[in-house]
Amino acid sequence: MGTRMFSESAIERIEKEYKEWLQDYEKALQKLPERLERFSTVSDMEVKNLYTPLDIKNKDYMEDIGFPGCYPFTRGVQTTMYRARLWTMRMFAGLGTAEQTNERFHYLISHGETGLSVAFDFPTLMGYDTDSSLARGECGRCGVAIDTIEDMQRLFAGINLEEVTTSMTINPPASVIWAMYIANAENEGFSRKKLGGTIQNDCLKEFIAQKTLMLPPEPSIRLVVDTVEFGTKEVPRWNTISISGYHIREAGATAVQELAFTIYDGITYVEECIKRGLNVDDFAGRLSFFWNSHIDFFEEIAKMRAARRMWARIMKNRFKAQNPRSMMCRFHVQTAGCSLTAQEPYNNIIRTTTEALAAILGGCQSLHTNSLDEVYMIPSEFAVKIALRTQQILAYEVGVANVIDPLAGSYYVEALTDRMEEEANEYIRKLDEMGGMVAAIEKNYPQMEIADSAYRFQQQIERGEKVVIGINMFPSEIPPLEVLKIDPEIERLQIERLHKFKERRNKVKLQKALDELRRRCEGKPCWENNVMPALIEAVKAGATEQECCDVYREVFGTYTDPASF
Amino acid sequence: MEIVEQVLRGDVRAVARLLRDIDDQVPSTRSILKELYPYTGKAYVVGFTGPPGAGKSTLVDQITAYYRRIGKTVAIIAIDPTSPFSGGAILGDRIRMQRHFLDKDVFIRSVATRGHFGGLTKSTHDMITVFDAMGKDIIIVETVGVGQGEVEIADCAHTTIVVSVPGLGDDIQAIKAGIMEIGNIFVVNKADREGAKKTVQELRTILDMGRRFRMDIGEMDDWEPPIVETQAHKGIGIDELCDAIERHKAYLTAQKPEQFRKVMLKRTLHQFSETLRDELFKEMVRRIERRGDTLESIAERIFQKELDPYSVSRQLIKEEFISHEQ
Amino acid sequence: MANERKLRILVAKPGLDGHDRGARVIARALRDAGFEVIYTGCHQTPEQIVQTALQEDVDMIGLSILSGAHNYSFPRIMELLKENNAEDIVVVGGGIFPLEDIPKLKAIGIREIFTPGSKLDDIIKWVRENVKPRKAAA
Repeated sequence: MGTRMFSESAIERIEKEYKEWLQDYEKALQKLPERLERFSTVSDMEVKNLYTPLDIKNKDYMEDIGFPGCYPFTRGVQTTMYRARLWTMRMFAGLGTAEQTNERFHYLISHGETGLSVAFDFPTLMGYDTDSSLARGECGRCGVAIDTIEDMQRLFAGINLEEVTTSMTINPPASVIWAMYIANAENEGFSRKKLGGTIQNDCLKEFIAQKTLMLPPEPSIRLVVDTVEFGTKEVPRWNTISISGYHIREAGATAVQELAFTIYDGITYVEECIKRGLNVDDFAGRLSFFWNSHIDFFEEIAKMRAARRMWARIMKNRFKAQNPRSMMCRFHVQTAGCSLTAQEPYNNIIRTTTEALAAILGGCQSLHTNSLDEVYMIPSEFAVKIALRTQQILAYEVGVANVIDPLAGSYYVEALTDRMEEEANEYIRKLDEMGGMVAAIEKNYPQMEIADSAYRFQQQIERGEKVVIGINMFPSEIPPLEVLKIDPEIERLQIERLHKFKERRNKVKLQKALDELRRRCEGKPCWENNVMPALIEAVKAGATEQECCDVYREVFGTYTDPASF
Repeated sequence: MEIVEQVLRGDVRAVARLLRDIDDQVPSTRSILKELYPYTGKAYVVGFTGPPGAGKSTLVDQITAYYRRIGKTVAIIAIDPTSPFSGGAILGDRIRMQRHFLDKDVFIRSVATRGHFGGLTKSTHDMITVFDAMGKDIIIVETVGVGQGEVEIADCAHTTIVVSVPGLGDDIQAIKAGIMEIGNIFVVNKADREGAKKTVQELRTILDMGRRFRMDIGEMDDWEPPIVETQAHKGIGIDELCDAIERHKAYLTAQKPEQFRKVMLKRTLHQFSETLRDELFKEMVRRIERRGDTLESIAERIFQKELDPYSVSRQLIKEEFISHEQ
Repeated sequence: MANERKLRILVAKPGLDGHDRGARVIARALRDAGFEVIYTGCHQTPEQIVQTALQEDVDMIGLSILSGAHNYSFPRIMELLKENNAEDIVVVGGGIFPLEDIPKLKAIGIREIFTPGSKLDDIIKWVRENVKPRKAAA
């Protein structure tokens, strides 16, 4: 028996009254017209003046909305949500050297942060050591420089790695950095079975949006599957991919594009893991997602609710998952960096607060709130504390965490949730037709869709159709702001330290470990050739990040983004 | 002339500037080209054409690497379309050739079509002259690749390579329209994709049907265009492609010297005709302006039906070129 | 009857950051303003950028950078241009720059810095006013 929410007679009556109300509305507009010719979300989705039961008359409560912790998880992945445990307050942090970042971790923990999140510098993100000629001027600037297992040890000194969960934003070299994390944890006496955390490890969105590129798509996916396989068997509490919409959105995508391309990336990873011979219910529960929370409040909430429902349906219907956990779209959220302005930077606190509120009402499992100065630089202690306090105020003062999914049943939010799902499904159909995400990437399809949206948005800003306060409405100058400085001297010190480390290694043991890594890379992808055990041995033998990545580059070749327009 | 010396010496900045002036049709480039012309005729010109997304730039990158390995110097002319709306262009073919950026013996030049049809730019022939005089062994021309009728490449390349790729829909139909005749080598790139075998087969069928007559030299051709399967991004099939180019070159230069002569003569004729047409037109415009008139004002009168384009053209030629000389 | 001289502009991203949203939007806007844009994408070394600028005979180089490594790459690019007698090429930067770095960058010859929130129209206007196509060499 269906669980429609309105009787036919009720709908009839509402329809009639609605028409009358619309006439009143038109009349009222003759006295005072609407402020805008067209009302639309930040993603340029047009919205109506009013939403009513008519917009959700065909919804079936149990099928489409349901209960928290129950399929299709529209209202949240946990039964108790924030009444039992708040989201994890996880501030993305990394600056300068491993010691400086370690200090920042302790500072954040002492102020109530509940999970760690590591930001690496660009050489680390790209698989280069600090002494590479390509790394000049980059050391420690946008995150922490990690070259060796010793750096990893310094990074987590004094932190109990069985208690805290650690998220690491690392993509092409994810397997190497994860190996360093595991190897260091074991050296420190922790068990890999008890380690909890996440590696971003989402190579597809790099091709689509963020362009941290090292290897061609095929071997990139192979390495991702290696980590999933290893995690499933050896590190059961680890989230092996954080399937990320965040960067797709920051590159200029609309909310629907973020949702669709990310979910499709997820589909691709699941397919690839199944091809490797893994059972969907053995690994799917360790896949997590990462969404952007942009400035348009309701659009974001609808997107996150739609994401949960879509993923649940896809896992159940497309992949025949049995375990409810495999169907849960668990996710981290970061507020939108691209919504912040350099002009009047204190306004960014208000933007971030609103975006964080949307993430909470959207039912996130963990949250990073941007600091007000992140338009300039990685945040100062002062700024990061305000950002953390923002989450704490929302959690403990405002009362939004008291009731589970409080916006369910809002005609607007439900209708928008439906529309997100419908439009995203349209993209998913298109991508299926194109032969999957890798084929679409090769045709530049998602890249062009995003570039078009980014350009359209910029033009809308210029024409004043979209408003950014301090930029195109009430414009103001960029003020001087006290921002964090990274001492250029640390580059020299890190290189010196790296060279000394390299001299101390047992060259024979190291070469043997790297040879084994190469052998596995050259071999057919399977458990016997999984790179992870070889990587853990290699980094324990002193292999640097770049030395491992160089093996990848030599065996798999490199990749340059074609950047079509 | 100093600039001529600089070009012959291979001065990058001087060459780059000259190419710009040629592209902008600066009149004085004519006298420089005249000086450079005697130094040309040594370079071998390879043309790549085919639909967008077929991987032309990646192939160019790969065969450049091949020629560099065997010690040949290379120039690349990479053509992208000009936007018909703004007159601007984004030239992005270089991106796929990054590994050659710091190689002093590879000169890459991106050019926009600027309203020219046929796959090349108005300046392509003259740019080839410059690179040839500069001493480049191999000159690779990558056509704009936006559609059909890109047959001009055959007039400037010794070896023309038509690139296709499985799964672009009606790609075979598209390349059939005019360019099957100009290809000396056919490449099916991304050959690991579904449908590659079918694309190869279709090409083979078309080639077997109507290959024999070469439009460009006006005679039967007994060169059998090979079909090479490549996966350019992985470097697969590149040696085979380069081997095919070498075989075609050997065929032209050794086995069929008479045919090679015809190809070269045809190219020379084409370049000469283009130049003559261009010079005549410019001369006529100058003379019209000297009479205190402009092309636009004559067009206005044609538009008003006071004149017709046929009579006015004949009339101008008669008055300016024929009666004057008598 | 020479054609109108067209501005040629190189848009490049030095360093290792791959955030190309701004560079791509700018490249499109410059194209739509009627200029010829040579786009070389992300992860370019100063050496690659300068070689490209020379071979392509550009009038201007637009450098987009968000990683904070500009204090290395910008001076290096200016140095290489000088070594190649190409100081006439106008160099501008766009992206994230601490305010106190801007005068330093201008002092080494970077003509303008466009910070977050710069309008496309203003950038194009600046280009039209400040960058003139090089005169014919011959």
